[in-house]
Amino acid sequence: MVTDHAVTALAVLATILVILPLAFIFGYLLIKGASSLNLNFFIKVPVPEGELGGGMANAIAGSGVLLGIASLIGVPLGIGSGIFLAEFGRGTRLANAVRFTADVLNGVPSIVMGVTAYALIVFPRVRFLPFLGHFSALAGGVALGIMMIPTVCRSTEEMLLMVPHSIREAALGLGVPNWRSTLSITVKTASPGIITGCMLAFARVAGETAPLLFTALGNEFWSTSVNDPIAALPLQIFNYSISPYEDQHRMAWGGALVLIVLIVLAVSLVRFVTSRGVLKGNS
Amino acid sequence: MGVSIEVQNLNAWYGSNHTLQDINLNIPANHVTALIGPSGCGKSTFVRCINRMHETNPIARVTGTVRIGGLDIYADARPVEIRRRVGMVFQRPNPFPTMSIYDNVAAGLKLNGYSNRKRLDEIVERSLKNSALWDEVKDDLKKKSGASLSGGQQQRLCIARALAVDPEVLLMDEPASALDPVSTAKIEDLIFQLKSQYTIVIVTHNMQQAARVAEKTGFFLNGRMVEFDSTHKIFTNPSDKRTEDYITGRFG
Repeated sequence: MVTDHAVTALAVLATILVILPLAFIFGYLLIKGASSLNLNFFIKVPVPEGELGGGMANAIAGSGVLLGIASLIGVPLGIGSGIFLAEFGRGTRLANAVRFTADVLNGVPSIVMGVTAYALIVFPRVRFLPFLGHFSALAGGVALGIMMIPTVCRSTEEMLLMVPHSIREAALGLGVPNWRSTLSITVKTASPGIITGCMLAFARVAGETAPLLFTALGNEFWSTSVNDPIAALPLQIFNYSISPYEDQHRMAWGGALVLIVLIVLAVSLVRFVTSRGVLKGNS
Repeated sequence: MGVSIEVQNLNAWYGSNHTLQDINLNIPANHVTALIGPSGCGKSTFVRCINRMHETNPIARVTGTVRIGGLDIYADARPVEIRRRVGMVFQRPNPFPTMSIYDNVAAGLKLNGYSNRKRLDEIVERSLKNSALWDEVKDDLKKKSGASLSGGQQQRLCIARALAVDPEVLLMDEPASALDPVSTAKIEDLIFQLKSQYTIVIVTHNMQQAARVAEKTGFFLNGRMVEFDSTHKIFTNPSDKRTEDYITGRFG
């Protein structure tokens, strides 16, 4: 009995310790950031240093473009490699190598991902390939996309391995080919967990600044072009927070608050959309 | 219609473990055949060899001949074709949890590319009626998940799912061992009704169940088939001493 209570108390304590910093960060952001939010913040682009007013519309749109590109790269590659690890390559040397690589990739500092994307896209100049050779949204998206792959891949693998063997056998027993059973039964059964993995990866890269420094570069003006340098909320927050102007500091706080709220909104939206098809009696 | 199954010199391995040794057996069409024996005797492996599920385990191996309605399933057919002709019901009910009741029954057809809505509706209804589940679920077909049903209903759903692909043989690997007595009785009634249309092979630990549902019974021990005869003969006057010992509860 005593041990029961002690373990419960420890678990509650741990939960509080996890939630407290989060609550503090969010509360502090609200206090510092909410006051600088107004309509202009969402519809205007930044004004030159020293002037008052302006907004972060370009950074909000830019973050959207960058995360869109990153998801287009990270989600399919991550899920695909996760399916390979759990279903087709189980126990093979290649699978072990891929799993090891993914784990190492997960620990690589994000600035190195920026350098990688720089070397892949910003640095090389190839004739007839106009998207290479300069800073661009594409380069930033690739850097973030590569960062998403290991998280999506490993969580996909874990979730697929949790699908009971009996479900796979049921599909095979009906004469369903293996590939079809994997895609339509196993992956579908594991999809809530796989989506959670994708959302974790998405939320993680949404706040990344370092990989964007010499890929997306940042942009003072409105741009949603994949081929041009693009603004991003984390970049803008970074630039403003090291500036000497009090007004830009306040903009940085506002930007941080907007970034967190947008991540929460995006994750909730995906959850809402993907949970609509769930049937009664299915957990 | 059901078809007969002829098994010649069937051997099966899991890794270096020789789980089935020289099985020879003729299972008659449109009858219920029960396979009994202690745990680990090879009876489950045997039914898994009849629909080529055994080989889905990477360390498993099979030799010998199995003919289903004359077709040599290891020489002349692909595994997926065989599994459509030989339905299987597993020990634990295993409906697809993300699918509705309707989609569970239609799964075998839909996942093989069959998409005629009207025909699917008919097949789903017929299969659920054949598995004696229609009246209990007909109002929730597309609303409820297969996993929301009770254990006994889930198992009848799995039977409906197996019937929907129109097999000739139905393999049942201890289909009632995870169910309560009422659900078990329903499954047994069902087996009795289904044998006019299908050849049924049922693995069971429950000897009374074998005696109740099966015309033929085979006794497996340590990977070999000790005796195969009419159920009446096996339970009243077995030829082999080991069968008699098992039936009378002296081991296993």
